[in-house]
Order: sequence, then structure tokens, then C-alpha cells
Amino acid sequence: MTPQSANLIGPHLLGIRGMTREQIEFLLTTSEQFIEVSERPIKKVPTLRGKTVVNLFLEPSTRTRTSFEIAAKRLSADAVNIGAKDSSVTKGETLLDTAYTLQAMSPDVIVMRHPESGAAHFLSRFLTRSAIINAGDGLHEHPTQALLDALAIKRALGRLTGLKLVFVGDVFRGRVARSNFFLHTLFGNELRAVAPPTLMPKELTEMGVKLYTDLPSALEGADVVVSLRLKSEYLQDSFIPSTDEYARRFCITEPLLKRYAPDSIVLAPGPFNRGTELTSEVVDGPRSQISNQVNLGVAVRMAVIYLLCIRQGVGAESNEVEPRIS
Amino acid sequence: MSVDGRMIVSGARVVDPGSSIDSLQDVLIEDGCISAVDKPGSFKDLKDINVIDGAGQVLAPGLVDVHVHLREPGYEWKETIETGLRAAVAGGFTTVCSMPNTKPVNDNAQVTGLILERARAAGTGRVAPIGAITKGSMGEELSLMLEMREAGCVAFSDDGVPVMDANVMRRALEYSSMLGAVLSVHEEDLSLSRGFAMNEGITALRLGLKGFPEAAENVMIARDIELARLTNSRVHFCHVTTARGALLVERAKDDGIPVTAETTPHHLTLSEEACEGFDTNAKVSPPLRLQSDVDGLVQALKRGVIDCVASDHAPHDKDSKQCEFPHAANGMLGFQTSVPLLFARVRSGELSLLRMIESLSTSPARCFGLSPNRIARGAVADLVLLDPEIKFTLTKDDILSKSKNSPFLDMPLQGRAAVTWVGGKIVFDGRANKG
Repeated sequence: MTPQSANLIGPHLLGIRGMTREQIEFLLTTSEQFIEVSERPIKKVPTLRGKTVVNLFLEPSTRTRTSFEIAAKRLSADAVNIGAKDSSVTKGETLLDTAYTLQAMSPDVIVMRHPESGAAHFLSRFLTRSAIINAGDGLHEHPTQALLDALAIKRALGRLTGLKLVFVGDVFRGRVARSNFFLHTLFGNELRAVAPPTLMPKELTEMGVKLYTDLPSALEGADVVVSLRLKSEYLQDSFIPSTDEYARRFCITEPLLKRYAPDSIVLAPGPFNRGTELTSEVVDGPRSQISNQVNLGVAVRMAVIYLLCIRQGVGAESNEVEPRIS
Repeated sequence: MSVDGRMIVSGARVVDPGSSIDSLQDVLIEDGCISAVDKPGSFKDLKDINVIDGAGQVLAPGLVDVHVHLREPGYEWKETIETGLRAAVAGGFTTVCSMPNTKPVNDNAQVTGLILERARAAGTGRVAPIGAITKGSMGEELSLMLEMREAGCVAFSDDGVPVMDANVMRRALEYSSMLGAVLSVHEEDLSLSRGFAMNEGITALRLGLKGFPEAAENVMIARDIELARLTNSRVHFCHVTTARGALLVERAKDDGIPVTAETTPHHLTLSEEACEGFDTNAKVSPPLRLQSDVDGLVQALKRGVIDCVASDHAPHDKDSKQCEFPHAANGMLGFQTSVPLLFARVRSGELSLLRMIESLSTSPARCFGLSPNRIARGAVADLVLLDPEIKFTLTKDDILSKSKNSPFLDMPLQGRAAVTWVGGKIVFDGRANKG
């Protein structure tokens, strides 16, 4: 890996939309090289010693934040976590001022989770010295999740093309679903969504997604089933009358999978609710990629942080990093 | 300019829908009025008189903008009456109707009086204030419409928000009918548009932004058509943004219901895709819609279903726009882009020049019960000389508003006001600026 090849990707990772298939494949290949680091007895490489990664999480998150923090630390970068409660945003400071303050401390990478769509794009127009990784912006995108999902699929099925993917549940507000749609469109995969119509905007068809309201027909012949979390606020907003009623029609069960999609694997970006979105038999069964996803998430985030640190341009002004992994 | 303020505009194509003129004429201005309109060369014997060469240009009645936000009192860091009027006359507007969403809201004669006083002091364009329909524009109790009408309000509106309570709207229509003032209504069912950042559709889906479905606008247009019918009172629909809304207006007019409608230059030009890249300058309410809506609105304007164009000039300071898209304020500047955006529709052949000028001058005046500006002997000399050919790029420095929030910044435009007269006085002269 050289800084030149790192320049294959942009100065920031804001979303899957706008990326090319070549860039995705490059990110996945780089990620695979990092898997092994997490399998060592001493899970650390000196690659990014002296680099600083700020995790600015302005919305609650456990797994994504932990994953980024571990990824940065395994690369020997210094990782600093800032949550919504610790940040000046709660004191009325604007996002831009918070970001300028952080930039003045010269972090190489700012990983941001933000409740509003477009927040990472917004910051990228103003920050000139730090690379930004979008760790989820509102209902918009969650690019590293789509990348780790893709890596999990690639490793489980041996390919990323010619696939039928079914997204079950929260496609309405799902940033994970959206990033996945953008990614798999690049690979020409067949995309299906199944949910109550209240959770499934009809414009999805314009994005090339086939819509279903009946789980068995949606599952028919699927290679990959992605379970999306049903958020509790849906009950208040009249999206669904009750989680039980939702589960009656949309809960992913092993008998259904066995009958309609016998060779399928199941992904759940989590957190998930057993018995609502999918049964324990599925979660704990052999199709489940859930713990692989979490494991691969660290490798993907290591790759992204690494590439943004060594590429030339934004966030890479003082690059004395050894371009090697070991 | 000569001492007595006499001047001639020579050789311009005079286009006045009110007088049904569209021909080359010389126009003589004296004592604030038009004293003569005659064939070119008719006034060549007059000595010591300022002659403004109108060759290749269009002389039109002063433009009237029935939907603007001047932000004073209360938000003077965004715009003042003085800066707003400076931008208005530079855009060719001689009369603007200011929306009441100031702080305090223009819901009483004191605020109305203050606005009129500041406008007089500015000494450029004319302001015809719009009063609030309800106190504080809260949608609950009727405002003091009689007192405001006497103080100079020409219409009533709660623009920015709808009157959600249908019974309050009914009473407002009944009450205002005795005042001869139209209600100009912002149509949005708040329960359908809650939390919106842009139009509901494929672009919002891609960007993960909450949508304002067109139905949220259309259901309220439909409701108020029925209330106009019930009360036989005048309703004017602010900024219609959907092709379907225009269709509802057309049917209401066919039924003889007393409704009129406006749309904006930006809704006639941009689709929802302008929000791509999270450009907060494209964030307006109601939002930019689909290209099919843009096309439908142009056709509706051409056919007169949509009566007029109003800029919805909505200045916002940098901080209100330089933030996360869902948090950004709604609105964009309109004064200095209305004429170029409409000229683009004339050049494309979709609108005639006569219809363009009608929809920016005589028609909005008629919708609001104002006497239309005219180019005829004895008429007050509120005029604009338009240069249809000049090509320019609008820069921040060219914008005379205090705020700079326009998605048309740095875009190539063509056609704009060259000279603007209010009461026979030149209040804007942009001829030296070559763009």
C-alpha cells in the first residue's frame, strides 16, 4: 500500500453514493489485510503512531463508536472520544464551531456520528486539515456499515455479484439500508425490500429496489437477508400499530428461510430485537453473520482510517507514516 | 438630469399589458408622472432635457412584488426596509408587499405605521404592507384587521405558516371581506409536513431528508377553495409549488370561485435536485418540487391559471444557512433574480414578453386590489427599463440585500433591470454596470 494508491479514495469518507465500484473493491481488499491484526496475541501495529483520531459521536452509539476506537488503537493512533453530553453542542455551540475547535488541535481524522442528514458533507466543505469519516448521519448514510456488510457477504458467499438481497423492515429511515442500496447497485445486485408500506417509501423503486409487503415472496431465492431494526418511535408515529403485529408478518424465522431461501445468509446491523425482527433460532443459527459483521467492522474501520491518514491531500499534511501494516 | 426632473426615455420597446401597448415609443416624464407617450422622435425638439436611451431595451410598468420579507422590525441583521428596497428597485420592483412575520408580528396598526414610515424614509421603492390574519400569526384569534387596513395594510397573511384551524380561516375570510382586502395564504398541512427539510420524493430518499409531500400543500389549497366558496371571499394562494395545486386552482376558477394564485421564480426554475449536496441555499418552504411541477407551473402561468409571480424574497444571514441542512432556515433571495429567471422562460419560448411583464406587474397588482402601474399619459411614473440581452454572473458584491442566500450566486444569468423610476425619480441606475 502506498500513499498514491490510497489516493484512489477521496479525502473523506462521507457516503457510498458517489463512490465507484473500484473504490469499494479497493477498500474491501485493504480491509481484508487488516483482519489478521485482530487475530494476533498482541493486537496492535505501529502503523499510525503519532496520528490522532477524534470520535465525535453526537448521537448515542455503542458498537460503532467502540469499533472505531478499537480500530484506531490497533493502528497505534491516539483515539479521543467525544459524546454529545461532553461536547459544546449541548452548550449551544454550532457544529461548525465545534469542528473548527477540534481541527485547531490537528487531529488527522474526525469520525462523526450526527443525528442530522448531511452533517458530514457539511463539515467537509469547511474542514481543510482533517479527514472526515461519516459514522452515520441522520437518515442518510452509514458507509462503513455498508462496507463491513459487503465484506461479510464476500467472505461468506465468496462473491459480491449476482446476488439477490432482501432488506426486511426499517427501510424508511434506514441509513444502513440506504448505504447498502447504493453499494449493491454498483455491483448490479438485485435489491428487494419488504416492510409495511408505512416504512417503505414508494420512491425506492426509482432506486431500483423491488418492494414487497409479504415476507415469503420477498425471500424467494434470496442469497442475503438483511434484518433492519424496528425503532421504538415507530409506534408513536403511527407507522405500525404494535411490534407484535409487525412480528406476525415480518419476523424472519428459520422455517421461512429454510423453505424460501435455503442457502441464504442473514445479516443484522444491530442492535436487533429477538422475536421482533428475527427469531433467536436465526440469530444464533448457522446463517447468522452477526458476530462476523462486528469482527469485520474493526478491520474495515482500520482500513478506512489507515487510508485516509496515508493518502495525500486533506488530513494528510504530515505523512511520515510507514506505508506498511506490520 | 434637468432641473425640473423632466426626462425622455427614447426608442425603447414599451410593453404595458394594462394599456395593451407593445411597440417602440418615446415616453416623456414630468413632475413624477408620464406626461406623454408617442412615436419615436416625437420629443426631439425639447431642449435641456435628460434623454435616456432605451434602444434595444424594454420599458415596462414598475414591477410589483406581492410576497417579500423585509425583516424589519426585529431581524435587521438579515435585512432592513432600506436594504431590501435597494435590492428591490435594482431588481425592477417599484412596489413590494411585505409579509408580516417580523418581530413583533405586523398584527396591529403600530407595526404597520412603523413599516410605512421606514419605507418613506428610505425614499426608494414603495412598500404596501401585509398584515397578519391572526394575532402573532398563531392561527388562533383574528388580528386587528380593520385598524391595520386603515393604517395602510393592503392584504392579510400568516405567511410562513398556514391557518390550520379551518373555522378561524372561515371567520377571517368573512371578516376581511368587508375590508376589501385579500387573504394571501401559505398552504401547508402541518401534520403532513412535520419536520420536513425538502420535497418528499426520490431526492429526499437519497439524501435521507424528511419530506414535505405535495399533498400537504394540495389538501390545504382544496380546503381553502371550499372556504372561499362558502364565504364568497377572496383567497390568494401564496407560492403555489405543485402542478396539482395549479390544477385545483384552475378548477376553482372554472367554478367561479374568487381565487387567485402566485408562484415564485425559483419554483419556475429549479427542481428538488437543487438540494443535492445538501445546499442549504436551495432550502425553501414550500420546497422545490419535481421537474414535472416546474413544467406544470410554467404552463399554468402561461395560461393565466397562475395569475402572477412573486419573489418570496427571504433574506437569511450566513449563520442561519451555514449549518446542518435540516436546521437551516427556509428561504432564498428573490429581488435581483426574478427578472433574469423570467427572461429565461421568455427566451425558451415558454412565456411571451407581454405575459412575463403582466405576471410581474399588472397581474399581481390586480390580485391585491392595487391600481396597476401603467405607461400612459397621466399615470404615475413607476417604471422600469429592462435590458433583456445583458449577460452577467450574480456575485455576492452585486447583491444589494444584507443577506446573500441565493442558489443562483455565481451562475450565468441574462436580462435585468437597467433603470428603475418611482414617482418619476430614478431610484436605480445600473447602466454603467456591464455585468
